[in-house]
Amino acid sequence: MSIDTETARKVAHLARIKVEDDRLPELAENFNAILGFIEQLNEVDVDGVEPMTSVTPMRLKRREDVVTDGNMPEKILSNAPDAREGFFAVPKVVE
Amino acid sequence: MTELNKLTIADARDALRKGDVTSAEITEACLTEIEGADALGAFVHNTPDLAREQAKAADARLQAGDAPAMCGIPLGIKDLFCTKGVPSQAASKILEGFTPEYESTVSQNLLDAGTVMLGKLNMDEFAMGSSNETSVYGNAVNPWKVDDRQLTPGGSSGGSASAVAADLCLAATGTDTGGSIRQPAAFTGITGIKPTYGRCSRWGVVAFASSLDQAGPMTKSVRDAAIMLEAMCGHDMKDSTSADIPVPNFEAMLTGDIKGKKIGIPKEYRMEGMPAEIEKLWADGADMLRDAGAEIVDISLPHTKYALPAYYVIAPAEASSNLARYDGVKYGHRAKLEAGDGIDEMYAKTRAEGFGDEVQRRVMIGTYVLSAGFYDAYYNRARRVRALIKKDFDDVFAAGVDAILTPATPSAAFGLGEMENADPVKMYLNDVFTVTVNLAGLPGISIPAGLDAQGLPLGLQLIGRPWEEGDLLNIAHEVEARAGFVAKPSKWW
Repeated sequence: MSIDTETARKVAHLARIKVEDDRLPELAENFNAILGFIEQLNEVDVDGVEPMTSVTPMRLKRREDVVTDGNMPEKILSNAPDAREGFFAVPKVVE
Repeated sequence: MTELNKLTIADARDALRKGDVTSAEITEACLTEIEGADALGAFVHNTPDLAREQAKAADARLQAGDAPAMCGIPLGIKDLFCTKGVPSQAASKILEGFTPEYESTVSQNLLDAGTVMLGKLNMDEFAMGSSNETSVYGNAVNPWKVDDRQLTPGGSSGGSASAVAADLCLAATGTDTGGSIRQPAAFTGITGIKPTYGRCSRWGVVAFASSLDQAGPMTKSVRDAAIMLEAMCGHDMKDSTSADIPVPNFEAMLTGDIKGKKIGIPKEYRMEGMPAEIEKLWADGADMLRDAGAEIVDISLPHTKYALPAYYVIAPAEASSNLARYDGVKYGHRAKLEAGDGIDEMYAKTRAEGFGDEVQRRVMIGTYVLSAGFYDAYYNRARRVRALIKKDFDDVFAAGVDAILTPATPSAAFGLGEMENADPVKMYLNDVFTVTVNLAGLPGISIPAGLDAQGLPLGLQLIGRPWEEGDLLNIAHEVEARAGFVAKPSKWW
């Protein structure tokens, strides 16, 4: 499997990272080096092996379904690049 | 007492309890050292006022006779830990200006134990790197030097390693996703342990690859690692993968008796082209353990070769998901927008400006292996291989092996910039001996064990059974005692 510049462009878009056109060939080359390395995994016989979901066989703990936190909008917004009237502000999304 | 910054945690604890020295004095000694060590690039956000205040409180606690082992010990904290009111950037531009309103559980546990925070430590951006060269703050530099070259302290916990090796602090926190505690510890002649997955809470630690990330101590001795690890770990309701099992007194488990312990030497770790010095170090380590009464056995971990490729699917996949939260909305950097730019342009421009090259590369690789059509071929296959890697270890432990001895790294520290034009895969090979341990969720420790021909430190790694950090530390303690590594870098900074 080899990645061309068109695929690299698509991946960059999916990842929401702006990549200028002139950098796409280099990026594709990097992807191909890494994916070439990853291809080794095809040598392994994984028939009948379940994909690992948890490295330590533990059951996730449950807790009471109650509110334990909250009422701190100022703290939540304190690091926002743009916050107004108790909200995160972003460029207009709806025309 | 002179040069208080050079104390180990154990010696400082004893002196503090006896009243021979105050935390304020040790803290002041460290702050003075830090001030003169800009050339190492280890500390990136200094908190001297906070440190003095915490030292004063620790001294009061000591005087009142209420003093946990870590009370009054000045530490450096890796920038990956969120620390309340103190910049926490994961060495990334995208978190510029971020000042958490909360404290990570691990750093809170340390504060509760009375430790003093001297400041935040340099690292690779989002812990992605093996040389501390991907940091927005610039490189951290290894205090060890053999010629004109500046050497890497390793990564990603490079600032932590450099600071501890140069005696800027008594110890530091690190985190380890593929070797980020153990490789830098080996490169700088210090001790570093990554505990079993689930021992330390991940809450408040900036996430890289959630199924692999673990915090751990980086210290000047195995005893110090035992003391500090105990203070760091423990169950936390805020991390669903945090283990609800008792934390033993690890230090009390350093008995010096390892007679009859079975130590495995995995043949797959004998890599082609391995430097003779590393081979010798490894053989010497096995001899030391044999002399201490352990039984050395040859073992096989057949899927070792596939650990790095599996890691470079799983870690980027998890990273691409974890790093999706950096979108210019909630915290950190937001790109300047042009007229007509919508929210999509804001995301894409913010992330292009905020993430460095390596982070972008990994996020995009992760996006690719998780994308429709490739999820099974890459991600699910890697998770299956991971299950086999873990099974290799399970089988060996079931056969009675107590711990596994390997080299910590395939080489000593290399020069900063030397890998600049290399293919990214070449840098990834640094983690070849350490990454298996993260994939299997096991505890692993790196202990300085010798110097190479140039005079640079080399480390040995011991891998333990899950939750048996105490036993692992005890075995490591024997290697430490017999290796007698006392070399220190000479001060040039």
